Amino acid sequence: MNYFTMGEYDVIVIGAGHAGCEAGLAAARMGMKTLLLSINLEAVAMMPCNPSIGGSGKGHLVREIDALGGEMGINIDKTFLQSKMLNTAKGPAVHSLRAQADKEQYHLEMKKTIENQPNLDLKQGEVVDLIMEDGAVKGVKMRTGAQYLAKAVILCTGTFLRGKIFIGESAFDSGPNGLAPSMELAYNLKEKGLKLRRFKTGTPARCLGKSLDYSKMTEQKGDEVVVPFSFMNETLDKEQVSCWLTYTNEKTHEVIRANFHRSALFGGQIEGVGPRYCPSIEDKINRFADKERHQTFIEPEGLNTDEMYIQGMSSSLPEDVQDAFYRTIPGLENLEIVRPAYAIEYDCIDPLELLTSLQHKSIPGLFCAGQFNGSSGYEEAAAQGLIAGMNAALWIQGREPFILDRSEAYIGVLIDDLVTKGTNEPYRIMTSRAEYRLVLRQDNADLRLTERAYEAGLVSEERYARFKKIKEDAEKEIERLSNKEVIPSQVNSFLESVGSTPLQNKSTLAELLKRPELNYAMLAEIDPERPELSRHSLTRVEVSIKYEGYITKQYQQIEKFKRLETKKLDPDFDYQSLDGLRIEAKQKLSQIKPLSVGQASRISGVSPADINVLLIHLEKMRRRKPEEV
Amino acid sequence: MEDTISAVATAWGEGGIGIVRISGPEAKDVLERIFMPIKKKRTKGEGLQPDSVGETIGSPIENRRMTYGKIIDPRDGTVVDEVLAVYMKAPYTYTTEDVVEINCHGSVVSLRKTLALTLEHGARIAEPGEFTKRAFLNGRIDLSQAEAVIDLIRAKTDRGFDVAMDQMEGSLSREIKAIRAKLMDVLVNITVNLDYPDEDIEEITYDKLDRDLRDIDRDIDRLLNTAKTGRLLREGLAVAIIGKPNVGKSSLMNRFLRESRAIVTDIPGTTRDVIEESMSLRGIPVKLIDTAGIRETDDIIEKIGIEKSMDAFNRADLVIFVLDGSRELSEEDREIAEHIEGKKTLVLVNKADLTQVITEKQIKALNPESHVIFTSMESGEGLDLVEDHIYDMVYGGQVKQENGLIVTNVRHSDLMKKAKDEIEAAIFMCGGGEALDFLEVNVRQCFEYLGEIIGEAVSDTIIDEVFARFCLGK
Repeated sequence: MNYFTMGEYDVIVIGAGHAGCEAGLAAARMGMKTLLLSINLEAVAMMPCNPSIGGSGKGHLVREIDALGGEMGINIDKTFLQSKMLNTAKGPAVHSLRAQADKEQYHLEMKKTIENQPNLDLKQGEVVDLIMEDGAVKGVKMRTGAQYLAKAVILCTGTFLRGKIFIGESAFDSGPNGLAPSMELAYNLKEKGLKLRRFKTGTPARCLGKSLDYSKMTEQKGDEVVVPFSFMNETLDKEQVSCWLTYTNEKTHEVIRANFHRSALFGGQIEGVGPRYCPSIEDKINRFADKERHQTFIEPEGLNTDEMYIQGMSSSLPEDVQDAFYRTIPGLENLEIVRPAYAIEYDCIDPLELLTSLQHKSIPGLFCAGQFNGSSGYEEAAAQGLIAGMNAALWIQGREPFILDRSEAYIGVLIDDLVTKGTNEPYRIMTSRAEYRLVLRQDNADLRLTERAYEAGLVSEERYARFKKIKEDAEKEIERLSNKEVIPSQVNSFLESVGSTPLQNKSTLAELLKRPELNYAMLAEIDPERPELSRHSLTRVEVSIKYEGYITKQYQQIEKFKRLETKKLDPDFDYQSLDGLRIEAKQKLSQIKPLSVGQASRISGVSPADINVLLIHLEKMRRRKPEEV
Repeated sequence: MEDTISAVATAWGEGGIGIVRISGPEAKDVLERIFMPIKKKRTKGEGLQPDSVGETIGSPIENRRMTYGKIIDPRDGTVVDEVLAVYMKAPYTYTTEDVVEINCHGSVVSLRKTLALTLEHGARIAEPGEFTKRAFLNGRIDLSQAEAVIDLIRAKTDRGFDVAMDQMEGSLSREIKAIRAKLMDVLVNITVNLDYPDEDIEEITYDKLDRDLRDIDRDIDRLLNTAKTGRLLREGLAVAIIGKPNVGKSSLMNRFLRESRAIVTDIPGTTRDVIEESMSLRGIPVKLIDTAGIRETDDIIEKIGIEKSMDAFNRADLVIFVLDGSRELSEEDREIAEHIEGKKTLVLVNKADLTQVITEKQIKALNPESHVIFTSMESGEGLDLVEDHIYDMVYGGQVKQENGLIVTNVRHSDLMKKAKDEIEAAIFMCGGGEALDFLEVNVRQCFEYLGEIIGEAVSDTIIDEVFARFCLGK
């Protein structure tokens, strides 16, 4: 092949899925000349699986991406079909926003945003190799012979990398949704020393809405008042589209059981490891044999299509079996499948090869994000993409990497889990993975992150100004409520009318707000002077006051956690030479190269005694330094 | 800011006085919560008044001033010990933090009780070498000492790890595991409810949750009570010393206690009663029971003594059977050997300084299960081996405790109390209808505290269980 150079960039992003889009936008917004490459431009921000964004834990990630100046929140706000705040019966830490997306619109809006982004070029083409120089990455080679040079490259290959689809007994090389896979790049990455492994995921069938009988299902409507994902949006008014709930039954299970042997999953053809939280329907029936029915939501794929997504029912059974078992479900008796369910296997990296900045430990300039890092889900991918994009830019600028720790963001939890503990299955975020869930709420994501991203250079002046306003309004209102005295004669008739205990002595509005049976909206009746507040400020006021005690306790835990987190370790430190460490600890520390003692303490195989040895060593070094200088 | 730690800073039971040392920002507060300074009124020409008569509350604690007073359990006002306490203000202290030292005069029991009170009132138990570690990290001691600190941490924690492993097999860990299994059920159900709002899963009801939490609370309570009243914690490992007269039983006891408590003479039958003495053997509370020599006698008093001896070793966790190595095995020795058959036995062949006529082979024939050590009470030879052996027996789980608990140390009961506080907070919140995500913090913390006792980290076990038990998926 005769190679020719077609352009020179600061950053090149391989893959324009959810990770790639955020990576490209972040790098460009931080002033980097950036090239975003996709094997097919129809795959830009494509949602090859479920037509929704957010949900438990994932919704938190989207809020954080937004607070950092990312695009996912804004894009779903533009293109949602239905929106729901989940878990509202529970505490504010687990309130989770989820929206059904119009897939085509989502893709088009994101593509438009990218096309309009200064510093960012979007091009169709297949990368087949990396250009290396002295062990560092210097650009990419295309299938056509074109090459692009760059200071940093971000791999966001998703399920394209040596993708293989399984439908029953049939298996073939393919990217998601029938798009071309990226085969050659996988071989060349291996040759560069990257240790690739196989993961697997799957998606259910799509059917035509007109072939379904909705009268046999339960309608699932969106919320009456839509809460936007983006802190930049105040209200979103839109005609919402419904989802539909129905269930499998014993008949369904019989059909599936009778055909277990024809499933790729049980046939042994699939070598990749699938996620436990996203099992195929045959896996569910196999593992939970005593469960009489499994629920499934029928979800719209978009306004310009009649295609419907059959949630919870991914499968690698042959098409005839798919037809048969889907049709046993009430409402689906006459369904017409237009895209069959499939399982897909792909190459990914062991994330233990990465630094917390998502840069590869042994290849300078190479950053990695998304499913390539062993995660699963659009939101997890986007979050990593954003961080990888930022860190590629910061690295080129010679600045410190942007690292969020476990007490600052779900993104911090996600990345720390991946690069410190590794994962044996596609990794999904969950609120229970976060130790400091009460503080990492979706309502305060901007408070936690926007300032920091502004300093890094990713947040626009417009967003920053709005952030300041929301923050200050909330602070002022909390102050006002805490100082606003109420006396029994003024408020007791109101309290009695809502079934709350009357006051004996004077109190404050803030104190009243702490009562479980009262909320901010209700107090309007006895609080005529309240200011006009944005939704975001208002939620913050309510949560901050109501749960002050718990939140304060959690901040104390965080303070303790930070003690070890702020003790920095040199990633190039020679652990083999440190006496006192056990052999296993030496090996693990040398492999993971933790950036802080806190991170070291989370590595499996590193004991508290090893951490003490590290602490003492650090102190020794600190004291020696002045003498050496 | 570091937290406040506390531990017994002197070797257990080595002398009449033991020191509880507290270090950290809350050191003084902890002392003030459990200590009452006492001033004894001096009436003209009469000297100090005896006990409570004429006592008044003394002046408050001052920096670097040894203050006399009493350690009082604030719960019921009982006096734990009379002590001298000193508060040393940071930074001119060993750790460079605020330090308090309480000099206890009483027994091992009161020392432990004082330590336990500091832990209940704001301190946590110090890890091995932690005072020294802090001293180093705060720039108080030099580099060469630091190397020693690493050794210390390494040696002690590795030992601790072995102990933890041993205890995994023990009944304490079985109990803890059973409670944690219940907690795991609760946590998994909370987690799946929080993280999978849309799945077809039974909603948690506060009624059921309350029942489950109370059940767990009772379990912890029960365990904590056994821990509190557990024989080992209260009285120590019961070790009966037995043997025919004049083989050196009392000398052995004296060697251990390093003071002459039992009467030792060369006339057989001098020890006329059962003598019990508490001591600490490398941190293990031990109750030594010296028995009267067992022999046929017409002497009424000695007869009573012998009966008591039999009773003592029936209660013992470990029997030390002392033989005189300079004399042939006698019928009496054989009789004793028969009596103690089935008991965990350590055979000491004493008087190793004299010409030996007994061989290990003979003893094995007498009592095949026993462990044999040659000692000399005259020179102290072999005593360290005896200590080693008792220590290994306890931590190796060879010595079984009647009430089911092997070792209940202060760290364990400290963690159990913390676990109990957490579960009770959760119950309280459950009653108030607080949100699950708040409540979960306490339940999880409880789970973690109990895990610390048996050395199991929480890691991702809950999430693993969620997937194992519930059918979830997109």
